[in-house]
Amino acid sequence: MLFTSYEFLAFIAIAFVIYYIVPKKYQWKVLLGFSYIFYALSGVKYIAYILATTISTYIVSRRIDAKYEEQSAYLAANKGKIDRTARKEYKASIKKVTWRWLVGCLVFNFGILAVIKYADFTITNFSSILHTFGANPEFGLFRFALPLGISFYTFQTMGYIIDVYRGKYKAEKNFGKVALFVSFFPQLIQGPISRFDDLAQTMFREHAYDAKQVSYGLQRIMWGYFKKVVVADRLLVAVKTLYSDASVYTGAYVLVGMILYAGQLYGDFTGGIDITIGIAEVFGIKVKENFLQPYFSKNIVEYWNRWHISLGSWFKEYLFYPISVCQPMLKLSKNSRKRFGDAVGKRIPVYIATIVVWFITGFWHGAAWNFIVWGLMNCLVILVSEELKPLYEKFHAKFPAVKPKWWYRFFCIMRTFLLMSCLRSFDCYRDVPLTFRMWGEMFTRFNPSIFVDGSLLQIGLTSSDYVVVAVAVLLFILVSNLQLIGKGNVRDQIATKPPVVRYMIYYGLFLAIIIFGAYGIGYDSSQFIYNQF
Amino acid sequence: MDELLEILQELHSDVDFEECDTLIDDKILDSFDIVTLISEINSEFDVAIPAEEIIPENFNSAKALWSLIERLEDEE
Repeated sequence: MLFTSYEFLAFIAIAFVIYYIVPKKYQWKVLLGFSYIFYALSGVKYIAYILATTISTYIVSRRIDAKYEEQSAYLAANKGKIDRTARKEYKASIKKVTWRWLVGCLVFNFGILAVIKYADFTITNFSSILHTFGANPEFGLFRFALPLGISFYTFQTMGYIIDVYRGKYKAEKNFGKVALFVSFFPQLIQGPISRFDDLAQTMFREHAYDAKQVSYGLQRIMWGYFKKVVVADRLLVAVKTLYSDASVYTGAYVLVGMILYAGQLYGDFTGGIDITIGIAEVFGIKVKENFLQPYFSKNIVEYWNRWHISLGSWFKEYLFYPISVCQPMLKLSKNSRKRFGDAVGKRIPVYIATIVVWFITGFWHGAAWNFIVWGLMNCLVILVSEELKPLYEKFHAKFPAVKPKWWYRFFCIMRTFLLMSCLRSFDCYRDVPLTFRMWGEMFTRFNPSIFVDGSLLQIGLTSSDYVVVAVAVLLFILVSNLQLIGKGNVRDQIATKPPVVRYMIYYGLFLAIIIFGAYGIGYDSSQFIYNQF
Repeated sequence: MDELLEILQELHSDVDFEECDTLIDDKILDSFDIVTLISEINSEFDVAIPAEEIIPENFNSAKALWSLIERLEDEE
């Protein structure tokens, strides 16, 4: 069921009414029911996958918890009776058992994801390697359909089990609550990847109807729809055209394509997350922000701290740190210091972990070399920027007046935006060599006349479409600035305005969605881009 | 503690590590700094800080980090 369909709006409306009329203690159960209905509507057979993840995680988390309880009881009973070594040995034996449970759970669940998402990619690449060596075996492909949100809920659930293993919090005893955490329907389409301790604070609480909260939620939902149907879906047509034929759309078209895709992705993904957070808010549930004005970032590291925050922090907490500070890595770093010096030794953990994380980040986005190379290119830019840091610092020490200047800030923002837009073109071109070729053609095929001869009116956008997009972009910049300057919620700022102004804003936004939404003849709103990941 | 302050100072010479207690909250230390720091600590004090200990409370100040090192030394 699409977020942008009438069925979905009806679904939310029914869930909303039932949620607030049932006794409050049943509210989270209503959400669980609706989440499973939502899931079933995407295909009943897929429920088996999400149930497998939920059941396995529930059982393992409870087992791990039981072991920790056993440990506490044993240590309390033997306080003063056993020495430090015996205590340490006992703790290590418990850790060994819980580690096994954890690894089993991770292998099982990431195994499901790997088989469904990556089996065909592996087979295809394996076949082509054999083909290179002269063998010609025929392997069939599985062609599994991806269960809704599998990448998102698997990562979210595995984050939970790792937290329980680490002792960050205790395992949830109620199976239904774990099931709702895994399947909460607004998050299924494209995340964000929430943490149990964040979500549980409001998800299982009893919620009285709060008009202000519901109103804020609805405003956030409308803002999301505005971004999605007025901007993203409008730009989609042009983006499809510009990436459809590389022989025609070359030179300056490549640059236009990159910028329009950046706009489309922003509207699509941040709009989708606005809808998710807004729906959760209507139910009184607080979902953490996934974006912090990402296109205002001044460098790539900052950008990745402000774009798709939940995925970045997942990788940082559960992959980057464990790899970079594990015992073998520290040993390797120590040995490297002795052999190659401090400069090399201290870089080893950071470099290896960064490369692994970005390889997997790319792979997470899709089973294709485009995504893997995209990930590794991001990694390359990050590591090169890191190495260039001393050079930048030297420059700023010599010219201290430059850094605070608005034009320098603007230059940094534009540089980061263009760089990220350029890297993202891996999403759109057929394959990696074509993407690199088009980057080259951007500079070698000189056709700036397209900006003045009306060519840009032949790619699926009329002049009024450009006006709508330009106004929307100005609005995004204004809202982002208000969020930055006001250091808070724009809705709080709107709420302080006189009723006339307030309602003009609300109705204006609503009318903009109705009038300027990209609904043509036979309109069929596109899926969200991140839904396919 | 002095050795730790020296390591920190090498990472960011412009920060007053004896006073600052918002190293993570104010994003003074990023993830690369933290890993470099852990690797340096391992090399200097022979203490391995595990991933689950990488939480703001342990890294927000030099004092908190020193307490963590002492605790881990004690546990070993």
